Amino acid sequence: MSKTDSKIDAYAHPDRLVTTDWLAEQIAAGTVGRPDGVALLESDEDVLLYSTGHIPGALKVDWHVDLNDPVSRDYVDGAGFAKVLGSRGISRETTVVIYGDKSNWWAAYALWVFTLFGHEDVRLLDGGRAKWIAEGRELTRDVPTPAAVDYPVVERDDAPIRAFKDDVLAHLGRPLVDVRSPGEFSGELLHMPDYPQEGAMRGGHIPGATSVPWARAANDDGTFKSRPDLEAIYLTEQGLAPEDEVVAYCRIGERSSHTWFVLTHLLGFEAVRNYDGSWTEWGNAVRVPIEK
Amino acid sequence: MSASPASPVPLPPALAEIADDFTSASNDLKLQLLLEFSDELPPMPERYAGDLSRLERVDECQSPLFLTVEVGEGESLDARVVNLFFDAPPEAPTTRGFAGILHEGLDGLSAAAVLAVPDDAPMRFGLAAAVSPLRLRGMVAMLSRIKRQVRAKTAV
Repeated sequence: MSKTDSKIDAYAHPDRLVTTDWLAEQIAAGTVGRPDGVALLESDEDVLLYSTGHIPGALKVDWHVDLNDPVSRDYVDGAGFAKVLGSRGISRETTVVIYGDKSNWWAAYALWVFTLFGHEDVRLLDGGRAKWIAEGRELTRDVPTPAAVDYPVVERDDAPIRAFKDDVLAHLGRPLVDVRSPGEFSGELLHMPDYPQEGAMRGGHIPGATSVPWARAANDDGTFKSRPDLEAIYLTEQGLAPEDEVVAYCRIGERSSHTWFVLTHLLGFEAVRNYDGSWTEWGNAVRVPIEK
Repeated sequence: MSASPASPVPLPPALAEIADDFTSASNDLKLQLLLEFSDELPPMPERYAGDLSRLERVDECQSPLFLTVEVGEGESLDARVVNLFFDAPPEAPTTRGFAGILHEGLDGLSAAAVLAVPDDAPMRFGLAAAVSPLRLRGMVAMLSRIKRQVRAKTAV
């Protein structure tokens, strides 16, 4: 189902990213929404954005309502995940393409959660919702009604790609990438500029972390930068190597999912973990070290 | 502060009616209703368009929202009419939906009635499960800024 695209082919895992052209061809060919075809999911920051108009054939998956546990600060369990996917007609073998707003932050976050459950074939639409719209392509308010299928209950495997606070404490001294804005990194701001104050008691960053705001990996149109441009940032400038163990974090783990995707799938790093507790945990935790 | 915990401060009638519609709806229908409020939010009038500096920015919303309040003349707070104006981009339908609810429920009320709206009003729509409590903070912030502007504009 792949199509040659020189920018995408240069990435370490080119099968993790699709172009708007590719998606448009799939839609035209009628494979989107077909059980043996492609499942298309929209994952946005705004819970209503999908309803205002979405790519034909897309279903909504909401990071908060669908992927987070409603009580504990954690993701849904295997049964919850099976329900979210099965009800959308997605089986374990289905190719899933996710796209969203905000340069695919929430799409990358959803992809990362899908990876916790080991869903094999999950990809991002390069440029996300904004690029599709900028190209003048079709949107619809029609919501597909797929027949539910059985998705197996799979135990979540957090360890390879998810770091908890204790893991980060044990990791100090090794590479940590803080993907928040410069003001959040310095401790001047306790939240993203333009975003709600989300209640961190302390400002600053985890000791030893370097500041590489997530947006540096994105072009203005929301697409990912080319592999040589990404290598210039993460390898040359930051001195990271693909075999390094790296932990990325932000405020709640959404922007760092974007960077996790860049390092893991576009540059081929083998041991990147996303610390989803991020600053809303670290900046509130008692007696953890903080650097300003 | 005489209201006992057993009898919460009532919402103004129009807002109470909206709250009833929401609380009796399923989660899917709540989102549909919220989308209608988003679609129907009146545009910012010409006199404010293009001059965001005259509007108050609500930083607590996940997406940018600007609002302003006009209070008419009158001899008492009961006689002075409040009008509300909002500006939020189409890419922020949830924020627009919250603004639409407040516009429909409060626009045209007296200053006294707006000031009497309980601060927990946004929690009375049963929206927490449908949109997540985190996102509801935006509506709480809008309401408190509306009341603050009314208070400031009616201060003698």
